[in-house]
Amino acid sequence: MDNRRDHRADQGRTGQRGLVTDAGRTEAGVTLYWWQGCPSWQRALTMVREEMDRQGLDHESLEVIEIKDEADAVRYAFPGSPTILIGGEDIQPPGPGQPTGLTCRVYRRPDGRVSPLPDPEDLREAFVKTYG
Amino acid sequence: MSKSGLMIGDRMPGARLRATDGNDYELEAEGAAATVIYWTCNHCPYALAWQDRLHQVARDYLERGVRVLAVNSNSDETHPADSFDAMRERVDREGGWPTPYLRDESQQVAGAFGALTTPDVFIFDGQPELRYRGAPDGDYDDPALNADWLRAALDAIIEGRDPEPAETQPVGCGIKWR
Repeated sequence: MDNRRDHRADQGRTGQRGLVTDAGRTEAGVTLYWWQGCPSWQRALTMVREEMDRQGLDHESLEVIEIKDEADAVRYAFPGSPTILIGGEDIQPPGPGQPTGLTCRVYRRPDGRVSPLPDPEDLREAFVKTYG
Repeated sequence: MSKSGLMIGDRMPGARLRATDGNDYELEAEGAAATVIYWTCNHCPYALAWQDRLHQVARDYLERGVRVLAVNSNSDETHPADSFDAMRERVDREGGWPTPYLRDESQQVAGAFGALTTPDVFIFDGQPELRYRGAPDGDYDDPALNADWLRAALDAIIEGRDPEPAETQPVGCGIKWR
């Protein structure tokens, strides 16, 4: 069991659920990675914030990280913008061998559509799985 | 919006491009009531999200004399998913397209038009002069919009009116230049 993580989580609570460490940084919270070449990242950020509100999560648990260049993309194994990690897990994990780089993320919707945004229900389920 | 490339009222640049069906197509064709030329590709989620709407416009306006051409200018060096072979495989996998899917290998056509994104839609009247340029509709994530900006512009051109607006902001992935 990871006692250190639990301890930090307890210390970091601010009256709402969310894993914020002593330094105010996310340990296993929510992270949105974005690249300016894909305009959907701002709507994705709004979706994440709204879902955090629904789940009662402190926005301090959210890190928003810009991928500025190919070096960043390699460093973060960036599969495209926007990429959303909740509790350290990608809400729609990329398949094995999917290349990384400065590109726009393709999200598959339950109805078969393709979108630059994740399905709202998939996002909600990912939050519930981690924080519910 | 970029000020390079075509402006409203400009004449369509001449070009001949190879399609996935093996035929070469001139962009300009005599007798068309209007010609829609839009940039698209195989990998971009914005292009993919709008693709069915654009296909349906081609089907719905065929009998009204509207010609629709899809162009892919992306570099296949940086994006192998946009190679000519990958374009052909996609069209086959999807059971054929209602429009020619053209390869702009040299990227000269995209440069001449000033295409910025996938998708980026240009509509010409019968002259052929540019009458609309921009996005198919206002939301890539809402299929119910049904490419209504594009349809409204086509209706206006066919009925001899000016599209209003004549320009909207194209939204999508940037063209992948070499």
